[in-house]
Amino acid sequence: MTAATMDHTGHGHDGHSHGGHGHDSHVHDGHGHYPGVPSYSHIMPLWILFAVFASLIALTALTVALSGVALGTAEIFVSMGIATIKALLVAVYFMHMRHDKPLNVLICTFSLVFVALFIGLLVFDSMEYYPNIAARTYVEMLDKAK
Amino acid sequence: MATIVENPSLTGGSPGAEPVVDNYLTFTRGWKSWAFTLDHKRIGVMYLFATLGAFFVGGVMALLLRSELFFPGQQFLSPDMYNHMFTLHGAVMTFLFIIPGIPAAQGNFVLPIMLGAKDVAFPRMNLGSFYLWIFGAIYLVAAIIFGGLDTGWTFYTPYSTTTNTSVILATTGVFILGFSSIFTGLNFIVTIHTMRPPGMTWFRMPLFLWATYATAIIQVLATPVLGITLLLLIAERAVGIGIFQPELGGDPVLFQHFFWFYSHPAVYIMILPAMGVISELISTFSRKHIFGYRFIAYSSIAIALLGFLVWGHHMFTSGQSAVSATMFSFLTFSVSIPSAIKVFNWLATMYKGSISFATPMVYALSFIFLFSIGGLTGLFLGALSVDIHLHDTYFVVAHFHYVMMGGTLIAFLGGLTYWWPKMTGRMYDEFSSQMAAIGVFIGFNLTFFPQFVMGARGMPRRYADYLPEYEFYHQLSTIGAFVLGVALVAAVGILVKSLWTGPKAPANPWGSATLEWQCSSPPPHDNFATTPEVGDPYAVESVKWSDSEHGYVKNPSYVPSKDH
Amino acid sequence: MSTADVVSPVTAPGEHHAHSGDGHDHGHGHQPHLAHHFESYEQQFDAGKLGIWLFLVTEVLFFSGLFCAYVVYRVLYPELFAFGHLFLNKELGAINTVVLLVSSLTMALAVRAAQLGQRQVLISMLVVTIACAFVFMGIKYVEYTTKFREGLFPARYFAPTPEALLHAAHMIHDAQSHGSAGHSAGAHDDHAADTSHGHDAKAGDHAHEEVNKNGLTAAEQAMVDSVKVPPNAGLFFSIYYCLTGLHGIHIIAGIAAISWILVRSIKGHFTPLYFGPVEYVGLYWHLVDLIWIYLFPLLYLIH
Ligand code: HEM
Ligand SMILES: [Cu+2]
Repeated sequence: MTAATMDHTGHGHDGHSHGGHGHDSHVHDGHGHYPGVPSYSHIMPLWILFAVFASLIALTALTVALSGVALGTAEIFVSMGIATIKALLVAVYFMHMRHDKPLNVLICTFSLVFVALFIGLLVFDSMEYYPNIAARTYVEMLDKAK
Repeated sequence: MATIVENPSLTGGSPGAEPVVDNYLTFTRGWKSWAFTLDHKRIGVMYLFATLGAFFVGGVMALLLRSELFFPGQQFLSPDMYNHMFTLHGAVMTFLFIIPGIPAAQGNFVLPIMLGAKDVAFPRMNLGSFYLWIFGAIYLVAAIIFGGLDTGWTFYTPYSTTTNTSVILATTGVFILGFSSIFTGLNFIVTIHTMRPPGMTWFRMPLFLWATYATAIIQVLATPVLGITLLLLIAERAVGIGIFQPELGGDPVLFQHFFWFYSHPAVYIMILPAMGVISELISTFSRKHIFGYRFIAYSSIAIALLGFLVWGHHMFTSGQSAVSATMFSFLTFSVSIPSAIKVFNWLATMYKGSISFATPMVYALSFIFLFSIGGLTGLFLGALSVDIHLHDTYFVVAHFHYVMMGGTLIAFLGGLTYWWPKMTGRMYDEFSSQMAAIGVFIGFNLTFFPQFVMGARGMPRRYADYLPEYEFYHQLSTIGAFVLGVALVAAVGILVKSLWTGPKAPANPWGSATLEWQCSSPPPHDNFATTPEVGDPYAVESVKWSDSEHGYVKNPSYVPSKDH
Repeated sequence: MSTADVVSPVTAPGEHHAHSGDGHDHGHGHQPHLAHHFESYEQQFDAGKLGIWLFLVTEVLFFSGLFCAYVVYRVLYPELFAFGHLFLNKELGAINTVVLLVSSLTMALAVRAAQLGQRQVLISMLVVTIACAFVFMGIKYVEYTTKFREGLFPARYFAPTPEALLHAAHMIHDAQSHGSAGHSAGAHDDHAADTSHGHDAKAGDHAHEEVNKNGLTAAEQAMVDSVKVPPNAGLFFSIYYCLTGLHGIHIIAGIAAISWILVRSIKGHFTPLYFGPVEYVGLYWHLVDLIWIYLFPLLYLIH
């Protein structure tokens, strides 16, 4: 693309602030500045991608291994905790959330709040009215009689 | 649509008229230029015709229902047919008309122009949303043809899993319509975030945009839950997965939770855009700056968010636990606060304004009156002990018609008469349409006010027959329904007639300061020849009447004040 | 001005832009893939990105309904889940998890290649991603058909075969005798899928023994009889099929979307300025992976 185009996209400043190392195409400082790459495009360094992948595999192995261990009531928290770490790794690095606009991150967090609200209130109510349901007790009764 | 395109009087080609000016209607021709259009204005117009068509179908069903109820006993609808009829009336009105009515039809037309943008962010998705609407409608029609539907628009299990009517076709239709709604909402959020021209800050946005933005949040967050609920219902019917079936260990109350997690927020999908329209109308026709701009803007967002916390108020008698019922009741009261904030701000805007009773304003005033009644009776229903008595009676029917019809439909008509000159380039006959608006108001109250009374006296909803003691109220209601029907046909007929006989509309007939009135009527294909000047959207002093233009023009002596 | 060198064209090979270096700042008739209603590539990219995030939000809420059903029933009937999971194949689940993680990595690499204008890398990474998706679906197919063969249907139709029950009985037995910590995962849970050969040795031992109408020896039948099937056990499989089925549909949609991107990259549509679609499809694909990250422990690794 030409200089004119770059100015048009509103990123003329890139040419100034990073002009210094803009020429040696293989230097990067972890923030992913590459020549010819506009500022809205954040390049993930390869080593991060591979490190994240290795951690994901390791965590998968860990959760499978732990499933053979009797952890009692802690089990669900442990396995969900590991899953959440994995999910965060995918979101933050693979999905570039780390370099994304705060708005997009906010939107995602927001949606999770609504999911929590939905599931939370609903489960709460189900547990509350469960003992009132005669049909259920009836099923249990039949079951005991077997 | 075709008539509009081919009508030469519309295109400026009438004898003696000025040279043809480019506008979105004449920009390209032929049916394909409409069917494949990516222009938000044309999509808006197509949505307008489609939703009005759905409204007509739903309205005819309503008149049939009301006629059946004129006398006790059976007239011409069997109880079974009656069940089919009210279900389809509800489903068509809710999913085909009220939900897409204001955002997809009018919002599509004006949102990008109000914002000063060339189009919505994703024009193809916008057209896709329209065709999804068409497909959804086809499925609903198919459901009518292949066995009908008698579950009520709420599809409650276990009845919906056992009835032998075409629940699967209908739910598939509603599922598709849900995606149509999601696409509209998603498009609007992205448009408002990324397509604002320089100078259009958040607090320079017209309140209609705030309202559609808040609506879009609900569309995006709540509609998917409806989608999965309906998929589960389809799976339940098709293979019996048991999630909602007690004999397989499932729980029908779960269905109600799922359904209302969407459908309560959905009532705000219906009312928020209507409130947005009203904010525009009240300021314009009072010739005063809107009072409490930020309060109105923030209350839209507050309604959207709080609306997610009250769904349990539809389930007070369902077996829901006492703790949740108490909590939901409490939260229901709190959600009425932001609605009240809006009403107070509209009243304050009108205070000492120079009010003109042009047709849109007649609708706006009706809205305030009817919505207040609807909202206040909602509080009765939100009170636990009272709702035990009122639940599933005509009181509820009257409540939601006051908010949905008295609110959303009236605002839809207000918006339609307000933007009509912009959409078509024609002025309609003012006096006759004022009369029609008054007829709508009278007919509406005559139809639904008696329903409050008979509901409070115990008349249950969704019944084909009733005891003689309710006959008087039912007859009032039926007479009202016919008055309402005639007035509505007249209101729309007057608009349609203007296409042939109406005088040419000026760019700004009402004296509004929002951007859509800066471009010509009808707007050019690209909305603005030059990037519009963004100012305070409610600085009504910035325009003044011009006799030569028959409309409002820029006021040269206007100096923008710093505080807006 | 130095800008001209800094923004040296890193366009993908095969890209032929007819720009001569002037006249691009007025309108964008010469800027490929920049829609007329956007002012700049950046605006277009931001809009697309916000759009895809919002779409992902709808996906999350869409799935949340099923997760909600899962949580409600797991809280109310934990025994259904403890019982149902005995029939799931942990190894296949784990392999599928790894397959999806690999595909996520290759998708991330594809996006990186698109950003840098490396067309060849982009194409090959997309091909690997699609291949992984097919492997995933293949394994799902094996899992599903095994379940169907063993009578593990949802709700009303749940009727496990004696072999499936025998297998569950072995798992319960193993868990009871080796249930203490340190028991290495997978050592004893030979699954329903491989009952046929997993118990070959045993079958050999008892070759001369009489088998009943279920094809089981007396000892085996006793084990099967000892399995207590909880009432409504099929509800677990309803939830299992809904969750994995919906997820599978998303994988198929992902295959379609990635193929579309692949065709466009072969045509050389993407440049460092215009790579949005790759990124958007990538985000979708990662979300599908993310959902599986939760499904795997929730369905396969329960106690
Ligand atoms: C101002 C605040 C509002 C409150 C406090 C409120 C409260 C309620 C309550 C408690 C019910 C349940 C009654 C029952 O079934 O026993 C109800 C029903 C209903 N409301 Fe409202 N409401 C409000 C506003 C609205 C709005 C703005 C709309 C739509 C535009 C609406 C539409 C409905 C509908 C459609 C139903 C009946 C659903 C059905 O069972 O078919 N409400 N409302
Ligand atoms: Cu409600």
